[in-house]
Amino acid sequence: MFPNLDIDFIIFGIMPYAALTILVVGSIARYERDPFTWKSSSSQLLRRKQLFWGSVLFHVGIITVFFGHLIGLFTPVWVLDAVGVPYWFKQWLAVVIGGPAGVAALIGATILIHRRVTDPRIWQHTSFADIGILVLIWLQLVIGLLTITQTLQHMDGGEMVRFMNWSQSVMTWNINAWATMVDVHWLYRAHIFLGLIITALFPFTRLVHMISGFAAPFRYLLRPGYQIVRSRRQKALPKRRPTNTTPAE
Amino acid sequence: MRVRAQIGMVLNLDKCIGCHTCSVTCKNVWTSRDGVEYAWFNNVETKPGLGYPTDWENQARWNGGWERTKKGKLQPKQGSKWRILANIFANPDLPEIDDYYEPFDFDYDHLKSAPEMEAFPTARPRSKITGERIQKIEKGPNWEEILGGEFSKRSEDYNFEGIEKQIYGEYENTFMMYLPRLCEHCLNPTCVSACPSGAIYKREEDGIVLIDQEKCRGWRMCVSGCPYKKIYYNWSTGKSEKCTLCYPRIESGNPTVCSETCVGRIRYLGVVLYDADKIEEAASVENDQDLYEAQLSVFLDPSDPAVIEAARADGIPEDWIKGAQQSPIWKMAMDWKVAFPLHPEYRTLPMVWYIPPLSPIQNAAEAGAISSKDGMPDVQNLRIPVKYLANMLTAGEEAPVVTALERMLAMRSYMRSKTVEGVIDEGIAARVGLTGRQIEDMYKIMALADYEDRFVIPTTHRELTEEAYDLKGGCGFTDTNGCSTGSSGTSLFGGKKRPLKMPTEAM
Repeated sequence: MFPNLDIDFIIFGIMPYAALTILVVGSIARYERDPFTWKSSSSQLLRRKQLFWGSVLFHVGIITVFFGHLIGLFTPVWVLDAVGVPYWFKQWLAVVIGGPAGVAALIGATILIHRRVTDPRIWQHTSFADIGILVLIWLQLVIGLLTITQTLQHMDGGEMVRFMNWSQSVMTWNINAWATMVDVHWLYRAHIFLGLIITALFPFTRLVHMISGFAAPFRYLLRPGYQIVRSRRQKALPKRRPTNTTPAE
Repeated sequence: MRVRAQIGMVLNLDKCIGCHTCSVTCKNVWTSRDGVEYAWFNNVETKPGLGYPTDWENQARWNGGWERTKKGKLQPKQGSKWRILANIFANPDLPEIDDYYEPFDFDYDHLKSAPEMEAFPTARPRSKITGERIQKIEKGPNWEEILGGEFSKRSEDYNFEGIEKQIYGEYENTFMMYLPRLCEHCLNPTCVSACPSGAIYKREEDGIVLIDQEKCRGWRMCVSGCPYKKIYYNWSTGKSEKCTLCYPRIESGNPTVCSETCVGRIRYLGVVLYDADKIEEAASVENDQDLYEAQLSVFLDPSDPAVIEAARADGIPEDWIKGAQQSPIWKMAMDWKVAFPLHPEYRTLPMVWYIPPLSPIQNAAEAGAISSKDGMPDVQNLRIPVKYLANMLTAGEEAPVVTALERMLAMRSYMRSKTVEGVIDEGIAARVGLTGRQIEDMYKIMALADYEDRFVIPTTHRELTEEAYDLKGGCGFTDTNGCSTGSSGTSLFGGKKRPLKMPTEAM
């Protein structure tokens, strides 16, 4: 019935759209319908031990890697050409920045998993989603770091440009882009597949706190002053009167 | 000038008997839930002691409250906005649950279900977090009750600053007092300022500080920001919670649960008017010891016609102005100056005020006579050192505390003279800077403390700002999320938590 419905088409052709749709619609639905559940779910109060190094290494690493992927994959190729960044240089940059960041995130994630599983206080209150998403991210980091072994074998940047083109084609509704991904190494394919799975799981896990985390600096730094006062008042207050109308007796 | 109203509270420590009724009723109403077993929105500490959470007053350790920068600006002691954001992955100033205590329950069922045994069955403790057996309870919500524990530990109390404390470890010189604590509903709250999500806010109409549970993301900066450690992280919901000043009760003109149930009738609730534009200036005066006076300067005299006019213009309802004029808070804190803010040096301008306790006359037996000043005992000879009270209530400035204690002694002296000897001695009143009428008013409010004198709470005028039609069919007070209960077992979002099963031990 669908002669060309092979697994590559599903993963690289359909899944990106499905995952992104779930991400966007799911997140909006959760934010709108159940904002009480939108949180970072910190367990620092229950156990401080291992949290500092685990959490800081993990977050700093993963945020670097996250923005590395975002910028690396979605900067149009013609921008690279126009600015004059050679492909080999960009790939080299990705390995040099992404590699250590990935290792940091992996070490952090390992500490966090160890802490979560071995500490009865935290394990007792760990949901399936909490541990599940942590293990998936750990796995994703391992696969991502393993792809470096492949990347180092072709430092001309050609393979990287292929991924850039695919990502950007998905964004520009080029339905046939999946075909370019058929013959890349299975590690890359596994990495992309798992990435899409994590994207789809995003709204249903504590990952939603990423959005708040990215919003926090703007929300907090742009907030005038420190204090917040809420009022039920419907009409604006009158202009301030000078203080000296009140005799200080 | 911007006139605002605040519901303030006064606690008369002179009358607190440390019965913990306030804590227990508060617990039953607000924190008998998963994730906040360890949290006490109201707790009573025995002082001197390290308190709950341990050593909370020591801001060199916890970095709560504000600090004044060299430029004279205020910033949270845990750091500027950038620093707070940088600590978002792991907050170095956050207490661990062991700094409060690991909540526990006992195997009560074992008492009745135990089989026939040689030994009498006992109810042994279990952790309320893990459900596991606790061999030895190391800490509780009130671990130092009536000077429990060694003096060497208790004397780490921050309020001993500048006091030769060794002699207070001796039996003959020992002293104690109770300190009930709750959220201070500060004019300049650090919790609000530390929240990256902007979830915590102060209500304009009554000054109650609340956490928006739907906006809270669990960054937990408020917990470390609050110098009183009165914000608690609910480890089950992942959100912070705090004392609400029982706002549903306050809005309808009823006292908070802790105040209503106070057996010693030590709690007072009332309105004070203040100038919101003066807060920043008052909170950032240079010298810590000037903070108490600076805080007083923020309040406006509710019987001053110019203040009344300004209050009306700023939309303060008429019965709130009247409430402010009859406010026991105004009388005790601003008029008679017998009530003080707790640790003004944190620069949060707290709105729960404390009347320092009188205590037995020290050294009386040794000296053979009670040393007196103008016919009254010298407050410096009271068993509780004035310096200790001053460290707690006025950042170490002794003079205001001395005046307050003298006024309380004068009240006793004046009333004794009046009722026992039948002599009205205006001289006693004059010596402490009051009139006989004021002293009799003090007696009525502080000693007799009738219900309607203690609680002068005007109702909230929601009808002025809300369309009743819009609220038709609403859900009233719910946990969160409109009509949702907030904890749905089948929710896609957040998942189902494994309920904690407390195993019962089979013998």
